[in-house]
Amino acid sequence: MEVTISNIRKEFERFPALNDVSLKIASGELIALLGPSGSGKTTLLRLIAGLDFPTAGQIFFGEEDASHRTVQERNVGFVFQHYALFRHMTVAENIGFGLKVRPSGNRPARTEIRRRVSELLEMVQLSGLEKRYPNQLSGGQRQRVALARAMAIEPRILLLDEPFGALDAKVRKELRRWLREFHDRTGHTTVFVTHDQEEALELADRVVVMSQGKIEQVGSADDVYDRPGSPFVFSFIGESSQLPIEVKSGTVLFQGQPVGILESQEGEGDLFFRPEDVVLVDAPDALFGKVTACRRLAGTRIAEIDIANEGHAPYHVEVEVPLHAPVALGSELRFRPTRWKVFFK
Amino acid sequence: MTDTAAAHPVRWRLKRPSIIPGFGVTLGFSLAYLSLIILIPIAGLLWRTAGLGWEGFLAVLADRRTQDALYISFGTAFVAALVNVVFGVIVAWVLTRYDFPGRRLIDAMVDLPFALPTAVAGIALAALYAPNGWIGSLFMPFGLRIAFTPLGIVVALIFIGLPFVVRTVQPVMEEIDREVEEAAATLGANRFQTVFKVILPGLTPAILTGFALAFARGVGEYGSVIFIAGNIPYVSEIAPLLIVIRLEEFNYAGATAVATIMLLISFAMLFFINLVQAWSRRRYGHG
Repeated sequence: MEVTISNIRKEFERFPALNDVSLKIASGELIALLGPSGSGKTTLLRLIAGLDFPTAGQIFFGEEDASHRTVQERNVGFVFQHYALFRHMTVAENIGFGLKVRPSGNRPARTEIRRRVSELLEMVQLSGLEKRYPNQLSGGQRQRVALARAMAIEPRILLLDEPFGALDAKVRKELRRWLREFHDRTGHTTVFVTHDQEEALELADRVVVMSQGKIEQVGSADDVYDRPGSPFVFSFIGESSQLPIEVKSGTVLFQGQPVGILESQEGEGDLFFRPEDVVLVDAPDALFGKVTACRRLAGTRIAEIDIANEGHAPYHVEVEVPLHAPVALGSELRFRPTRWKVFFK
Repeated sequence: MTDTAAAHPVRWRLKRPSIIPGFGVTLGFSLAYLSLIILIPIAGLLWRTAGLGWEGFLAVLADRRTQDALYISFGTAFVAALVNVVFGVIVAWVLTRYDFPGRRLIDAMVDLPFALPTAVAGIALAALYAPNGWIGSLFMPFGLRIAFTPLGIVVALIFIGLPFVVRTVQPVMEEIDREVEEAAATLGANRFQTVFKVILPGLTPAILTGFALAFARGVGEYGSVIFIAGNIPYVSEIAPLLIVIRLEEFNYAGATAVATIMLLISFAMLFFINLVQAWSRRRYGHG
């Protein structure tokens, strides 16, 4: 099911949570809404589900305007961060709930419901746990029951709100891979909310980066990581350092010192680069500073450097240094960013 | 290194029931307190009853007046507790779910039956529900007498028992996760189905507790009932009143016999309710 979000605004007591947001979600796509808390990502998900209604704007499911449909009419599968399972019902009763509450003309027979439940349990790899109660399951199992319950109603789209937020790191990783497989197998249009960029980049076909009620950038993992469209995206996704610069007659200057060449535009702005996109040099015309800390980060080693030209406040940057050649604290390091981006003011 | 086991010779002791200190002191205090306040008086009651002999006891039990009084006491308490379950859950719902002017006032009013002298409540209710009272007169055209009948007893017991249901259900209701209701809605359940299939079953243990408390309180209530009941033997005479009547006749053994029977029935019923509660807690996974 294709979903089109068109110029959505949402205010909570005059405080705008979403400001003129538009987004087109293709059928069968797996989309991540990524952003810090308060960026409006959960609000957007709840608007799609019909758990909240927009102040202005429309939401289309295919060609149909769903903006004023109730949550019951929209037929969406929604998975909550804390599972929201019915704790007085068994796993099987939880999963069958959506079928059992249908109006009698539309409700499958009891044996049919039972068959569907065991089919779904098999799909989420929990066969044999029909009779358990939610409090007898682990967090990962509960989340899969919640997913099976949402899938039971044959939803037009599947919405997940921080689906792995309450799980520990290992289970989280397993479930992430499992969800990708699950999505590829069932082909449902899926939107999930996360504040974990690793999760968003690894799992989603497209990532929607949000900040302060607005969409900053929409793109694949490569797009948002390699070609960030705004200072926010550059600093929010991955590690990066930021330096105030000025572009004059084709040269990028940091505190009067040339850093690179940029001929398209002149003026003041900020230069962004990633720790891995630098080269250590021995030339006089490079950036340099004192090493204030050096730390090991998984497969890399990162040096923290204070760039302090005379007469200027020091700037803190991070660069990657060779793993097997740790640099001494207090020593001077010279480097030049190889890949960088300037955002003009 | 010194051998620590040798330094502290092993003494025989009970398995420690918990890592939290103070078990001995608190258990001792609890037992002493329970003995003084509950166990010794009850033992005295049983001892007095025993003075009647087995046959005398059976004679009291076989008396129609005793039977009717017990039937009225337990029957009205049961009906009142049932009404309070419905009424109390709705009051708790209104107080937890909606924010409206005067909510705190109503919240405070719920506790009034706890504080008001029961006799005052009884007199006020009797005046209101009497055939010529404000409310009673409304029912008279339908031939329905409320005060001075078992119906009046039920009204008084509803008044007395309401706070028990509200105050046990309210905190549990406050903790219901909004997400659970939203989950039900996304699965297509309408409001009615959400309330009756999702919310209320989750409240079962709390509702049972409230019912048990309201029922127990109703069985023992005396002050308010005697003013509204009319106290007609075989019709609207409650067991506690019968006990007082026997005492006034200096028939102490007869009084304690009725009391003992009440005690046994109450204990059996409360024990049964407790079993149901334990079962529902296990099933619903909390409490």
